Amino acid sequence: MATDRSIPWFKFLSPPAFHQLVDRLVPWLWGGAAVLAVAGLYVGFFVAPPDYQQGNSYRIMFIHVPAAWMGMLIYLLMAMYAIIHLAWRVRLADVMARSLAPTGALMTALALWTGSLWGAPTWGTYWVWDARLTSSLILLFLFLGYLALHAAASDREKGGRAASLLAIVGAVNVPIIYFSVKWWNTLHQGISVTVADAPSMAPSMFSALLLMTFAFWLYAAAVGLRRAQVEALERSGDAEWARRAILGRVTNEPGGTKTGDTMIRGRRG
Amino acid sequence: MRRALWTILWRDVGLVVTRRQDVLTVVAFFVIVIMLFPLAVGPEPEILRELAPGGVWLAAVLAHLLALDRLFADDWRDGTLEQLAVTPQPLALIVLAKLAAHWVAIGLPLVLLSPVLGYTLGLHGATLGVLAASLALGTPVLVLLGATGAALTLGVRGGGALMALLILPLIVPVLILGSGAVSQAIYGGDILPYFYLLAALLALALPLAPLAISAALRIALD
Repeated sequence: MATDRSIPWFKFLSPPAFHQLVDRLVPWLWGGAAVLAVAGLYVGFFVAPPDYQQGNSYRIMFIHVPAAWMGMLIYLLMAMYAIIHLAWRVRLADVMARSLAPTGALMTALALWTGSLWGAPTWGTYWVWDARLTSSLILLFLFLGYLALHAAASDREKGGRAASLLAIVGAVNVPIIYFSVKWWNTLHQGISVTVADAPSMAPSMFSALLLMTFAFWLYAAAVGLRRAQVEALERSGDAEWARRAILGRVTNEPGGTKTGDTMIRGRRG
Repeated sequence: MRRALWTILWRDVGLVVTRRQDVLTVVAFFVIVIMLFPLAVGPEPEILRELAPGGVWLAAVLAHLLALDRLFADDWRDGTLEQLAVTPQPLALIVLAKLAAHWVAIGLPLVLLSPVLGYTLGLHGATLGVLAASLALGTPVLVLLGATGAALTLGVRGGGALMALLILPLIVPVLILGSGAVSQAIYGGDILPYFYLLAALLALALPLAPLAISAALRIALD
């Protein structure tokens, strides 16, 4: 108890406390994400001036850049949770890493997709083997590999530990992959494209980018935490608190008690 | 400890010698992939020469991938791996001995064969030496990274395809540097940076990968 008090966040390692924490946090995160996204899109589409070279097509960067940043950040975060999971055997860290991975994959895929949409009018092609595009694609495969390994093991705990180890191995490799791909691209000077950096970004562009970035952060936190909550519920199986948590959620909806009841009974039998 | 490592090395090499079939299959695969290459892109010597470095390297990567599922699986199934894990010798070193034997069985034949196959694709002279040297430096890294994937997918559903998904993104740097060195040699460029970086990859993977592999094996044995 004394140690619990000295590190206040420690108590959220217990699944029931985590469950409650997520319930309390997620509406705020969603709300914040929605407000920031609306503000960011408004500034991005109506306040920020068109680019002197790219016209209006650059505006996709307000989605593209935050998505690309989130993809990389989430991989880093996932690897950190993986280290915590393996070093201290914290099961919740595995739950968090596993819950962040789909969002990370989604963000990377979104960055690739929006990037190719931006490339069509700007570079004249949807895809080039540019260093950034290629390393983003590799990052996407790292996410998919993590998820596949997590899902493939018959024993969830074992799969989680193997996947955590993979995330760490991947994190060690990411900078090496990044630099080798960059180098490969500069040496094969077939298609020379450089991302046209705006010489001086207008302040309104920058603030829109910042707003969207925070909106993406909050979205990722909301989705990740909610997924972690469900995953933790699933893993705790027949624990009393989990039963009550599911029942509570179901009874809150009118006329839903019965389905909740049968669900619990189904799980027992 | 040295004796234990030698014992494992000799045991694995002995196993390879008694089961030559496995090695020969992988080597045949390597040759066939390279043979399919001209059939796929056409017999024009110019194009073939241009694509030869990438082709040989890609074939080597795939051949390594193919050989990996036997690396730990047999020992795991008959309980040998469990016995190795409980010996007083550190598992990481035992793994290193096993990988050395695996490289002698799989990597070395590919390195020795590569000049001949490179020649059929139109590489000449010193470039053939560069090809073999780049493979000699790169294939141990392929084995080390590949073994990490093999250990992680031990006893897991859909092992082979999953292993490819895990390993292939990680070996990108080796492929880039290895084939890059040979391409550079064709045009008479400076190949030393490639070799330094390949050596750096090997120097990084040699101490780190066995630790990751032994950790992964312990998870599988749990």
